[in-house]
Amino acid sequence: MTKSQLIETVASKIQTVSKKDIEVIVDTIFNCMTDSLTRDERIEIRGFGSFVSKVREAREGRNPKTGEKVFVPKKRTPFFTVGKELKERVDLKKDLNSNS
Amino acid sequence: MAMTKANIVEEVYKKVGFSKSQAAEIVETVFETMKLVLERGEKLKISGFGNFTPRDKKTRVGRNPKTGEAIEIAARRVVTFKASPVLKVKMNEQAP
Repeated sequence: MTKSQLIETVASKIQTVSKKDIEVIVDTIFNCMTDSLTRDERIEIRGFGSFVSKVREAREGRNPKTGEKVFVPKKRTPFFTVGKELKERVDLKKDLNSNS
Repeated sequence: MAMTKANIVEEVYKKVGFSKSQAAEIVETVFETMKLVLERGEKLKISGFGNFTPRDKKTRVGRNPKTGEAIEIAARRVVTFKASPVLKVKMNEQAP
């Protein structure tokens, strides 16, 4: 499912709000989360999961094609930890649907 | 301070001007819909943010790190997240 399909689905569930408004809201949610990670602030969505920004130290890497040494600068990367409810729901339903 | 669903609801409320309870209901529906998608084993792609992918893990033999005892870890389905390059770039705009 893509973000636009997510918007469609939410709009079909909440008939009192226009699709345009749902779109603005969905965008606000992900913009909020992006801003939070950009500020180095963790995100906790109870039942869904949490996101943290971790720093990866600078290191000497190699270009896997040429074997040439390259300098990989220090950078921030987001990490996601799945929440208890989502973790359990996804695992419980695994036998009902295959995702191969 | 961590950002929570309450902070997101507050932002949505400020942005669209619905009542707080309505903003909360919509935010809740968005996350619930995302959970339902992943629950049915479907990948969720949020452009500009990242992809959530359900993955099937095979049974494997693990060890209790305390006792060293071998234990079987049952086959299970987990959710992984891969950040969008757009998100990674934004997170690194200011020097870390």
